[in-house]
Amino acid sequence: MFSYCVDPKTLEGLMWLSCYVTTAKHMSFYFSFLVVMGLLSLAAPLAMAFGFAGATASRSTFRIIRSLGKGYLAMIRGIPDIVFFLFIPIALDQAFEYLRHKVLCSDVTEPIRQGNDFVVCTAAKLPLNTASEWVHDIYGFSLALLAFGFVFGAFAGNVLSGAMAAVPKSQIETGEAYGFSQSQIFRRILIPQMWIYALPGLSNLWMILIKATPLLFLLGIEDIVYWAKELGGIKTGVYEYPHPDWRAWYFGVLMIFYLSLTYLSQSVLDKISARLSQGQATMAGKAG
Amino acid sequence: MSSCFQTLSDYGLRSIGYGERLLPKTDITLCEQFVLIGSGMIWNIYFAVLALLLGFFFATVLALGKNSNLTLFSAPCRLFIFIFRGSPLFIQFFFAYDLFVLLPRLGFDIDLGFLVVTVETRWLTKAWLGALIVLFFNTSAYAGEIFYGALLAVPSQDLESADAFGFTGIKKFRRIIWPTMLRLAWPSYTNEAIFMFHATTLVFFTGFPAWQQKGDAIYYASYFADKTFNPFVPYPIVGFYFILLTLLIIGFFGLINRRLNKHLPTNERKRLRFNKYNLIR
Repeated sequence: MFSYCVDPKTLEGLMWLSCYVTTAKHMSFYFSFLVVMGLLSLAAPLAMAFGFAGATASRSTFRIIRSLGKGYLAMIRGIPDIVFFLFIPIALDQAFEYLRHKVLCSDVTEPIRQGNDFVVCTAAKLPLNTASEWVHDIYGFSLALLAFGFVFGAFAGNVLSGAMAAVPKSQIETGEAYGFSQSQIFRRILIPQMWIYALPGLSNLWMILIKATPLLFLLGIEDIVYWAKELGGIKTGVYEYPHPDWRAWYFGVLMIFYLSLTYLSQSVLDKISARLSQGQATMAGKAG
Repeated sequence: MSSCFQTLSDYGLRSIGYGERLLPKTDITLCEQFVLIGSGMIWNIYFAVLALLLGFFFATVLALGKNSNLTLFSAPCRLFIFIFRGSPLFIQFFFAYDLFVLLPRLGFDIDLGFLVVTVETRWLTKAWLGALIVLFFNTSAYAGEIFYGALLAVPSQDLESADAFGFTGIKKFRRIIWPTMLRLAWPSYTNEAIFMFHATTLVFFTGFPAWQQKGDAIYYASYFADKTFNPFVPYPIVGFYFILLTLLIIGFFGLINRRLNKHLPTNERKRLRFNKYNLIR
């Protein structure tokens, strides 16, 4: 990056370090921190949407929708989230390719599952073989994002349905007494009142979401864990900037990154919670 | 059916190194998937049970330490809890593994009287010890925070009554504070135990290598998903095993919960139920 970095072999001390931390690979490493932040900012609303749908479905008057919603909320209690992170991207990928195969290559009669293979025609491949690198990246990231949305949607759904159940019954009955329709009660009474009950759970969920972001590595994304492993490993003399095994240092940096992220989040969430508790008929509300 | 018994005897203990050495590569049957993934569950149970057992005691120490008036005790406990609760377990595994790798390879002799065991630092880079230590620290920190919260919630009247009856020191803690603390913490602690079982699935995806293909349930599941290119069989099998395990945990913790709540009037007792436990960690 700097002009004196042309021949790394001649560098020493701080000069060497300044060149080392500005190599192209390190730039990708720094960029991957932004990827984490991007994932957080996209996964949170997506999970809220999934969760809201799940919580609403689990209260539906239709039995089929209700059991679908309840099943969605319950499965995350029994099955580790990592199973979903491994399963959903492959499953979605195969589902998309299967559908495209059916539509685009309807003339191909051979079965898609041939023994241990999953064969679709070239036109149905996602992303297309001819697509450029960034399309592959975006596609992988989107699948990962959907997996995060699905898993954390189930978590959020549990929190939201608990919060909906915590809204006092008499509030709903009052609505009914005033002749509100079911959807009016839902929109005007239930939803506005549930947030204060949902807040502790949602704050906790945000922290869990932050701590789940390194799982991107499992999904084959070149994230911070990938780069920390790559850059930290032993670099021999062939490499421009040889160094011993520095992985512990790189992961130490990641530890500090996550600790500051959770620390910051916690203090912001505490402020919000104190703010929203003002005037509420709770212990926290009365104390202030 | 008989071939499935054969598979069971071949692969039932494969994850801990007994039985057939080579994993099935072609014509993978449903039975083989069930048996090998079930075999992998041994590791998940090993990690979680030991980490929880050891962590329970360390968590109590951490909670008492954090509650201490002396900064000398409270500061390190706070820091420990903050570090392990504030960072992802995934990163903790990598970080710990890379630290353990850097340790010089030393051997210590521990004289047990009847037997001398040589403890070697290279064991730390193996999953059975290294990952166990990380999981132990992790669950201690989470449970420590839960116990600390419960400690603060112990009713002051209980303490006053204890003083009035002349309870002091260890006896006051053992007879009055500790049982109430546990009772208040138990629903959250059950939740933590379930999360701990689920967290064991991360072990073989981090730095700790699966030596000679001895891995946990999800290690074999992802092996099968790679080999058959069909995720729709192995992952639901893992899910099935874990749901069973979760129900078992809730049943077992429910029994303890019943004992902890025995002295309360029936209408104040709270039961632990699968669809009621909170998901807060």
